[in-house]
Amino acid sequence: MTALLVFLSLILIVVIAIQIGKVTELAAKIRGEEEMQEIVNGRQGLYMIIFMIAFLVLTAYTGAVYKNYYLGFGPMQAASAHGGKIDAMFNVTLVICGIVFVLTQILLFYYAWKYSGRRNGKAKFISHDNKLEAIWTIIPAIVMAFLVIRGLDAWNEIMADIQPGEDYMEIEATGFQFGWALRYPGPDGVLGPKNYKLINGANPLGQDWTDERNVDDFHADELVLPKGKKIRVRITSKDVLHNFYLPHFRVKMDAIPGIPTYFVFEPQKTNEEFREQLRNYPEYQVPSDPKDPNSKPKWEVFDYELACAELCGNSHFAMRKTVRIVEPEAYEMWAMQQKSYYLSNIRFKDEDPNKEKLFSSEIEARKEEFIEALDTALTTSKKTVQFSYVTFATGSEKLTGVSRYELDNLAAAMKEKSGLKVQLAGYTDDTGEDAQNLTLSQKRADAVLKYLQSKGVAASRLSAKGFGEAQPVVANDSDENRAKNRRTEFRIVGQ
Amino acid sequence: MAHVANHPMTQEEELIEKLGYDDHFHDHHEGDRYQSNFINTYVFSMDHKIIAKQFLITGMIWALIGAGMSLIFRLQLGFPEESMAWLKPLLGKWIIINAETGMGTLSQDFYYALVTMHGTILVFFVLTAGLSGTFSNLLIPLQLGARDMASPFLNMLSYWFFFMSGMIMMFSLFVSTGPFSGGWTAYPPLSALPQASSGSGAGMTLWLLSLVFFVVSVLLGGINYITTVLNMRTKGMTMWRMPLTIWAFFVTAIIGLLSFPVLVSAFLLLMFDRGMGTSFYLSEIYVGGQALDHVGGSPILYQHLFWFLGHPEVYIIILPAMGLVSEVLSVHARKPIFGYKAMVLSILAIAFLSFIVWAHHMFMSGVNPFISNFFVVFTLIIAVPSAVKVFNWISTIYASNFRFTAASMFAIGFVSMFISGGLTGIFLGNSAIDIQQHDTYFVVAHFHIVMGVAAFFGMFAGIYNWFPKMYGRFMNETLGKIHFWGTMIGAYAIFWPMHYIGMAGVPRRYYRFDTFASFSHFDDLNKFITIAAIATFAFQILFVVNFFYSIWKGKKMTTLNPWGASTLEWTTGIKPGHGNWAGKIPTVHRWPYDYGKDGKEFISQITPMEEGETPGEH
Repeated sequence: MTALLVFLSLILIVVIAIQIGKVTELAAKIRGEEEMQEIVNGRQGLYMIIFMIAFLVLTAYTGAVYKNYYLGFGPMQAASAHGGKIDAMFNVTLVICGIVFVLTQILLFYYAWKYSGRRNGKAKFISHDNKLEAIWTIIPAIVMAFLVIRGLDAWNEIMADIQPGEDYMEIEATGFQFGWALRYPGPDGVLGPKNYKLINGANPLGQDWTDERNVDDFHADELVLPKGKKIRVRITSKDVLHNFYLPHFRVKMDAIPGIPTYFVFEPQKTNEEFREQLRNYPEYQVPSDPKDPNSKPKWEVFDYELACAELCGNSHFAMRKTVRIVEPEAYEMWAMQQKSYYLSNIRFKDEDPNKEKLFSSEIEARKEEFIEALDTALTTSKKTVQFSYVTFATGSEKLTGVSRYELDNLAAAMKEKSGLKVQLAGYTDDTGEDAQNLTLSQKRADAVLKYLQSKGVAASRLSAKGFGEAQPVVANDSDENRAKNRRTEFRIVGQ
Repeated sequence: MAHVANHPMTQEEELIEKLGYDDHFHDHHEGDRYQSNFINTYVFSMDHKIIAKQFLITGMIWALIGAGMSLIFRLQLGFPEESMAWLKPLLGKWIIINAETGMGTLSQDFYYALVTMHGTILVFFVLTAGLSGTFSNLLIPLQLGARDMASPFLNMLSYWFFFMSGMIMMFSLFVSTGPFSGGWTAYPPLSALPQASSGSGAGMTLWLLSLVFFVVSVLLGGINYITTVLNMRTKGMTMWRMPLTIWAFFVTAIIGLLSFPVLVSAFLLLMFDRGMGTSFYLSEIYVGGQALDHVGGSPILYQHLFWFLGHPEVYIIILPAMGLVSEVLSVHARKPIFGYKAMVLSILAIAFLSFIVWAHHMFMSGVNPFISNFFVVFTLIIAVPSAVKVFNWISTIYASNFRFTAASMFAIGFVSMFISGGLTGIFLGNSAIDIQQHDTYFVVAHFHIVMGVAAFFGMFAGIYNWFPKMYGRFMNETLGKIHFWGTMIGAYAIFWPMHYIGMAGVPRRYYRFDTFASFSHFDDLNKFITIAAIATFAFQILFVVNFFYSIWKGKKMTTLNPWGASTLEWTTGIKPGHGNWAGKIPTVHRWPYDYGKDGKEFISQITPMEEGETPGEH
């Protein structure tokens, strides 16, 4: 029914329109074409001038209404060091183009009105004017030259990469359908290499774990950056094109699979400082949640945002990340609290290609740990030390690759302290037959002894004994606890 | 043997009879063969005038479809909280109904499909085929004094390839995975990988196929236009005596001929990547839980190839509109176009520059920033010939005796739009500003005004002005003027506010804006834009009604030359048949802009120079 009504009223409108048209044609017939045309010319010329005035007034009016969205003014002042240059360039262009806009629009409509045709009117025969044309070729050329030079000056400065010797921090943003993954270099300041073939559920960026530079890299859920430091963002993509867009910082660069890009910028205002910048403007004093009038005002909950500005699929509009700019000290604190992705998610798991070996930093750390434990044993009455990292292949006496680092520590200590004598003790959990466990534990203790011997410790200073499943440190009631009971210890029997 | 008219000869006909060139065209009765039945007169026609109408009406249908699509996605942007369940009968599964609330939402995939199709349809089918196809076909032979195109057969093929291309595109709207939805620029890898977007499956295959046929159509048309302009000008019609319309169509055809093949090469490589496992554009991609084998390709290569067409394409769209506007302004100002030679030279300069500015679409796409320096320089240089054109148009109106018709008003509207949209190009062409403005609503405002609305205005000016030539009747002037004011005000109402949204940094191609606090400030403005778009669309319906009504019921043309124009097309009969001139073909004795010269209202190009008369162009 509604559809029918809409349809009928549409037809009615069409009929009315045609009738209006017919009436004017009839009028023209009665009054004569020429007279009618003159009336039309006068009327339409007037409409032209009314339109022009309304258009320019509305332009000025809306321009004033939306003044708080002009680049470089009030709440729209850039939050980065280079942003001001872009805004200034925009505004210089705005002034020049604004003048041209107003003048040409006025001339266009004014002439149309002023020279609207009269019945016996005559147009002036002017075919060209070389001098005039030269002027309006040269003047735009000069203005363009000015804009080009200014613009390129800013462009080349903004787009310059880090210069040798400059202090900067590099981070990486990877776009994917649909989100951003942020990676920080960690304490070494270097982002580890990636290979897209290595990407899987546990390794979302395809970091190459065989490379030590990846060890300390950490991932973050929000983009946290220190104020006043040059940031080089390495921008990459996993799947399709994305664009790393930080509107408040005037940063924008495509993320391309296979071709890393970069953008260098320096954040200059913390989130709190930017909130202060916004607080006085009515646009930011409205409730942040339009459905809840009692929610906090927009300025108060403001955070910088990272968006995508290159069509990348059906959720292109939802690739948001929060950006937090903090004081350098706060950044250091935050960075220290971040956990290396590799160490917390990959290390010694099945997918860890390094699980048979240790990195130098780990070797150092474990050495310290071992020496401390040994010192305690040497200086106190607690003479038994448990190897924290000596493990065997399941059901066999074969030492795992990483076990040797700790045994090397013991061997080194024994070389240093020539009086040191130890008894090695092997333990298993309660899985399997007692007798077998006893044999296995003996074999494992022997394997450790053999390894120490191979490292130059005299056999006379070593002895080995298997205890099987006896003397558990905890009850064998869970996999976790059973793992604790499968252990190798040494007892200082002479020093 | 000259055709004998059964009415008293007009002054023009007498002149042609006296001075015209007798090519014995009508001795051979080609017309009988060409136009003997309905099929070869109206369907597989080889007559340039009919082909022009075919392009025009097909273009109009596509314009309605493309604009209708924009209304649907504008509803989404303006009223994201409103239910779209009422569109379910039309859009089917692309409207997702919430079982509990009954709320219908537009599927995200289909939103992007609509945006993509809107762009593709408007740029290629409407503003390239519908504009250039229509008026090049109609005016090149008529204004040059030729019987038809150099190859009427290729001309016919040109239309039917366009038709086929359109049919394939139409078909792609109905495939189950949806039409292509990766933007009209079709950047890979998104456009290459069905895993990344469902529209990149069958929809994209059809999209590519359709556009390859489209390019065939453009090239067949273009070769014809160029050949006709170079070889089939009548006696006395030197290049410097051609109307600016012809110059514009001629240069447009050359640009098309040089740039469209590059688009095909881009598409071909994309097809290889999609179907044959090559890696021209693909490298190191992990998508859909799988690392692909492609390595070593560059998505930027596609962008270079695409924009090598894509930028000239915007001049393919706007140059014909400029030509039409120049002609219409001059005729209705009753005054020669100001600076004819400067106009021609600026067309040539724009055409040349259009080939060396393509990377200004790619400032932020990862190309070496150093390279961008050159593209900034060339891009901003284009402002110079563009400015010359604007000043010349304004000077043409100066001291004129301006006749307000729907055509001439659209021509004025064109100049206004071209100024407004052209000036924002100076912002975007400067790479430093483009860092912030790239891919925001500022860009949407810019190109819609300068090459969307302005090109439409040129097209409307052309249609209102040459409608009598096409159908022997006038379109209704009053409705035309209502159409003009509705479109003029409506178009500014739609696109002007987008500048503010763009300045605030809101990205284009967003399905909704409330995902970001920074972009969600403009709910009211977005509503306003949507309402303005619907209203403006209604005025276009008025135009369509006026158009079709006038074909059959419009005021009849009673004189040969209703606008008092000096160009050749108005020396033919009211409804010219095959071969255009009933008798001899006219010869040309002067440039086309002798308006108001020596106290005369106008002097037709077929009028010989009087003794001691100085040529108008000097």
